Amino acid sequence: MVLDIRNVQVSLGATQIVHDVELSVAAGELVMLLGPNGAGKSTLLKAVSGDAPARGEILVSGQALTDWCPQALSRHRGVMPQRVDINFPLTAEEVVRLGLSAKSPGRADELVEHLLSELEISHLRHRLVPGLSGGEQQRLQLARVLAQIADTEGERLLLLDECTSALDPAHQQVVLQRVQRLAREQRVAVLAVVHDLNLAAQYADRLVMMRAGRCVLEGSAREVLTPEVLDAVYGFQARIVELPEGYPLVIPLGQTRAQTAPLKPVCRQAS
Amino acid sequence: MMLTPAGRLDAKPALLILGSGALAVALVSVSSGAYPLSVADILQVIAGKEATDPVASMVFLEVRMPRFLLGFLVGAVLAICGAVLQGLFRNPLADPGLIGVSAGASLAAIAVIVLGNTWLGGWLALTGDWALPIAAFIGGSLTVLLAWRIANRSGQTAVATLLLAGIAINAVAGAGTGLLTFYASDEELRSLTFWTMGSLGHAGWDDLVLGAPFMVLALVLVPWLARPLDAFLLGESVVGHLGYRTDTVKKVAIVVVGLGVGAAVAVSGLIGFVGLVVPHLVRQVLGASHRIVLPFSALLGGTLLVAADSLARVVVAPAELPIGLMMALIGGPFFLALLVRTRVM
Repeated sequence: MVLDIRNVQVSLGATQIVHDVELSVAAGELVMLLGPNGAGKSTLLKAVSGDAPARGEILVSGQALTDWCPQALSRHRGVMPQRVDINFPLTAEEVVRLGLSAKSPGRADELVEHLLSELEISHLRHRLVPGLSGGEQQRLQLARVLAQIADTEGERLLLLDECTSALDPAHQQVVLQRVQRLAREQRVAVLAVVHDLNLAAQYADRLVMMRAGRCVLEGSAREVLTPEVLDAVYGFQARIVELPEGYPLVIPLGQTRAQTAPLKPVCRQAS
Repeated sequence: MMLTPAGRLDAKPALLILGSGALAVALVSVSSGAYPLSVADILQVIAGKEATDPVASMVFLEVRMPRFLLGFLVGAVLAICGAVLQGLFRNPLADPGLIGVSAGASLAAIAVIVLGNTWLGGWLALTGDWALPIAAFIGGSLTVLLAWRIANRSGQTAVATLLLAGIAINAVAGAGTGLLTFYASDEELRSLTFWTMGSLGHAGWDDLVLGAPFMVLALVLVPWLARPLDAFLLGESVVGHLGYRTDTVKKVAIVVVGLGVGAAVAVSGLIGFVGLVVPHLVRQVLGASHRIVLPFSALLGGTLLVAADSLARVVVAPAELPIGLMMALIGGPFFLALLVRTRVM
């Protein structure tokens, strides 16, 4: 396993946000974390990215997070935070280059060029970042994170916190296709927090549903995205349509109610 | 081409332009003053030849040279400290003066001057000639740390809190300074006035010997910060994600600012706005990467301070304006313009 989360608890101040989470992500697997606001998805991701103090064990390639040398870890684990605000006149290209470690100038140029064009931001390379739109900045940050783990030998882990939240539908597809390809072709393990259930159904290899700081269900889109689960976890009524493309489509029906339904808080691995 | 595709000045021509400017300013600075020196005089002294005018030789070597060197070093160090603080706090408005670091260093220095013969006698015995710069270093570092603790919450610097903390720190340090002034003797009072207005008027080789090691150490440490500070521009958590040890970077930055501002305050008193104006200008023209901002800020900061000092010597000749006042006259309006512009944006 590239990522192993064992019995992890995260507290911020006196409040425990994440309770006893067990989760692992294998090489080449794209796992998406779902759940309502405040379910602890981002906090769990922060624990894995080293930004929130956690109890329990977090292993990257079998080695505890704290045992990694920071420089080496940065080549094996890319982290894209929910928001990056830049108040200084850096150009888009300079931001992507921050992700590069010592590479030959030729290779660095080629990589930057490649990433910018893949994420459709080549035309912005000399523009100043504070003047870019939210969606452009989001793709730019992804390019930086991808540059960071490109060319690394061995296992790699990519953590994405709502990496498509500011994107238009076309660019959501561009970005998630790129991430999916990274997982399938280059065997990168990806753990992503998403809110859009349909994007999750379309791209994830496995979904993990969180509620109130616990993983409550884990499995394929068909197993996790059912009217019963959505009702119990989010508290909304939905119709699920099976698409010919092979994944379900969630259509919210607009009736919401309080989240009171009991749901056994046990993480269940799909068969 | 002089411009990069991003519409900025290329580093090489910029270095050429700024370098020539610095040389010109240096020449003006060492030649002008109450006893004007000609370029021929200066070249003669530099070449080591027997000067035709012995007074010229004395004025150049004992008065102008140390003053020029000290002014340049102080300007360079203050500008770099500004750039480091701005990177660290991710805020272009952070400045050693605004957030109270200079005031903290100054308070420590003034305490040594006033209480050196009484309460702080032990400190003087322990540190000897270095009592002042070391005290200013400690005062400066502690203030950076304090501002950091107050304004930084879980990796985010609250700008308003930082600037308000600066007001509070400046007020407390100012009250401390006032209290010490109250207890000071007439002779001490004269030195205190020098601190609060900032001046290079008494600069001699002994000041250079006391201040330079601290400032040079700050300048030696600072290149190590360039890349991590670039990462800081993306946010404190990103620094860790990119493989830097965030805590170590912060500590080094605080030591650099403490050393630099402490030593600058110890030898030249309170000189504001260099740290605010200079890095800002460099970023506008050459971009925000610290590998460019830090060296160019040093060069421009040194040049600017020497130029301001030369001006301060001639505007009301034969008297001279304190350079702190001079910089406040230049920097104050600049800061206001910056605020208005930021608001418009």
